[in-house]
Amino acid sequence: MKTYLPSRFMVERDKDRCIRCQVCVNQCSFDAHYYDCDDDTIRAREDNCVGCHRCVSFCPTNALNVRQNPLEYKSNFNWTSQAIEDITKQAETGGVLLTGMGNDKDYRIYWDHLVLNASQVTNPSIDPLREPMELATYLGRKPNEVEVDSDGKLKTKLAPQVRIEIPVMFSAMSYGAVSLNVHKSLARAATQMGTMWNTGEGGLHPDLYQYGQNTTVQTASGRFGVHAGYLSAGRIVEIKIGQGAKPGIGGHLPGEKVSAEVSRTRMIPEGTDALSPAPHHDIYSIEDLAQLVYAMKEATNYTKPISVKIAAVHNAAAIASGMVRAGADIVVLDGLRGSTGAAPKVIRDNVGIPIELALAAVDTRLRQEGIRNQASIVVAGGIRNSGDVAKAIALGADAVYIATSALIALGCHVCQQCHTGKCAWGLCTTDLALTKRINPDIGARRLSNLLRSWSHELKDILGAMGLNALESLRGNRLHLRGIGLTDKELEILGVKMAGS
Amino acid sequence: MIQTTENEITIDAAGVSFRDLNTKLREKVACGAEKIVLLNVCGQRYIGTDLNSPVAINIVGTPGNNLGSFMDGPQITVYGNAQDGSGNTMNDGQIIVHGHAGDITGLAARGGNIFVRDDVGYRAGIHMKEYEDKKPALVIGGTAQDFVGEYMAGGVLILLGLNLKQGEHHRANYIGTGMHGGIIYIRGTVEEYQLGKEVGVAELTEDDYRVLGEYVGDYADHFDCDAKQIMNSSFIKLYPRYLRPYGRLYAY
Repeated sequence: MKTYLPSRFMVERDKDRCIRCQVCVNQCSFDAHYYDCDDDTIRAREDNCVGCHRCVSFCPTNALNVRQNPLEYKSNFNWTSQAIEDITKQAETGGVLLTGMGNDKDYRIYWDHLVLNASQVTNPSIDPLREPMELATYLGRKPNEVEVDSDGKLKTKLAPQVRIEIPVMFSAMSYGAVSLNVHKSLARAATQMGTMWNTGEGGLHPDLYQYGQNTTVQTASGRFGVHAGYLSAGRIVEIKIGQGAKPGIGGHLPGEKVSAEVSRTRMIPEGTDALSPAPHHDIYSIEDLAQLVYAMKEATNYTKPISVKIAAVHNAAAIASGMVRAGADIVVLDGLRGSTGAAPKVIRDNVGIPIELALAAVDTRLRQEGIRNQASIVVAGGIRNSGDVAKAIALGADAVYIATSALIALGCHVCQQCHTGKCAWGLCTTDLALTKRINPDIGARRLSNLLRSWSHELKDILGAMGLNALESLRGNRLHLRGIGLTDKELEILGVKMAGS
Repeated sequence: MIQTTENEITIDAAGVSFRDLNTKLREKVACGAEKIVLLNVCGQRYIGTDLNSPVAINIVGTPGNNLGSFMDGPQITVYGNAQDGSGNTMNDGQIIVHGHAGDITGLAARGGNIFVRDDVGYRAGIHMKEYEDKKPALVIGGTAQDFVGEYMAGGVLILLGLNLKQGEHHRANYIGTGMHGGIIYIRGTVEEYQLGKEVGVAELTEDDYRVLGEYVGDYADHFDCDAKQIMNSSFIKLYPRYLRPYGRLYAY
């Protein structure tokens, strides 16, 4: 069938600069460039271009530019080019539209409507370069009260706690969705920087067991690669109920991505689809969740915090309360803009609520019920910089998860082609020729650098506020003010309008 | 607690919480116990959950949910009924139930065998998988509720229907729905409408009869019945029609 879809990008090649070295041909995994030997020239198949800019970055003579196709449909607020092209693609395939990365619609980003405070005159700001600053965070259940004996020793038996040096962890990305070299980069960076990385639901490669102290092992509805050794290898066990990019939806890792190594780690035969059911079939209620939480606690002999991750949905606050009562030591909320390796577009773009609102609602609810201390709150879904981190902490989070930011640090240009398995940056693919593009040593350095920058910036932010410990900012919404928000939005966020 | 021989231990579980009971099991197994008898078990969950040695655990009473989940090696025999989630994500070992077992028996099991003398609840054998030399088996002497073998990705599920009366059929609907691996053997017949749409029906080959015969032989040994008599009836085989049932669902 002839496609009516126009190419989305235009490849511009400066003939004077092009030396026909074919770097672009070799770098493009979507076959958008080819060498025409008859004319000794490089040409483009623009239909194939996804706008990942791999060729632009690697062209040694800066001969290339890739721009959005300026093709303009007759202007129409309802029938946007996206709406027209989605229908066209469905008419030509009859399939569910798949996509990668997080929601790209212009839902309000609340971080950009919140501003932070600073000390002026009435209390001094602190210079973090010369004064001690504390970013360390302990994740896990905290007791209602502590008892100390006459020698000053702690009598209360504490639940397992995990110390992280920066309140930013790498979010779940499974081996199979991303490559082993990405996992290695994440694991090494987490170890260097004293934070955690997360296996996602795809098992843990044998080479990575050595990073266990900085690993969160995840189990989801497919239970892929989950066995006693895996559960005890990590420092935290995370039960994934939902994901911000696809609340209520399972996962289908296509057989093409289940290579020999992926098969070994997921413990399924090579080349078979890895289908994660939409629900956990042993969890149909809060009581059932309690059962799996305690199955995990039994399986790890109460030595590790058990984390439970949900997508932020309408009743997140009530659900989170149930999760804490079910024994979750860490509650993870993944918001509307949370990312994915593959999800139906209609789900990604339309289901869930912004993480800022979910976080504020959950923190408020757990405080009201007097159980906020019983679990740490970790939020995920579109955290872009240390400013977002600081605002999340002030809204009540103990720590944040980043995944897209981490992938961008590794080279991702957010072209949203993760679901094709052809990632030219070598990230979201299991094609061995492409995965080699990530060198774990360099990858770990780039990720560590990112965390180091954010850590300096967080200290600057804290210092400016006159705080010397992140703990003093946690849930301290008086350090936030809202801009351009309605009374109801301010009420849910629990912050005052700027100027008041 | 009664220590009958050096490596055989009897524990009275009456009124003991699951956490204490499992702690005790862990201790005893670490000390080299080879056989443990649990008396008066009444609803304690997760028995044997994190054990990874070939210890024999005999349970008298009714163990609670998630019996032997994540288990890797022990042989658990229940003299009574088991509840939901027995063998959840089990890696290796054996669970033998002299009675009924509840819902999601064998959920996501990757290895080991489960024998249930009588009936099982809903969604038994859901998402069982196999991998290299690991191939889980769930043998059900009686009948099953709906969604038996749902999402199956590997392993063997056998439904014997031994307690069905003359002319009575299995009543489960959506048998093997979403199945994309493994095999289901059913003694007797089921109607077309009872099957998931991803499931095909075939006659058993010689190889099938050999595999089936072995498991039925084990079943007969465990529950003291006549394997020959069981095998001397008609069986059907259910298989996944597609290894990638949702391969064509998406537009890229």
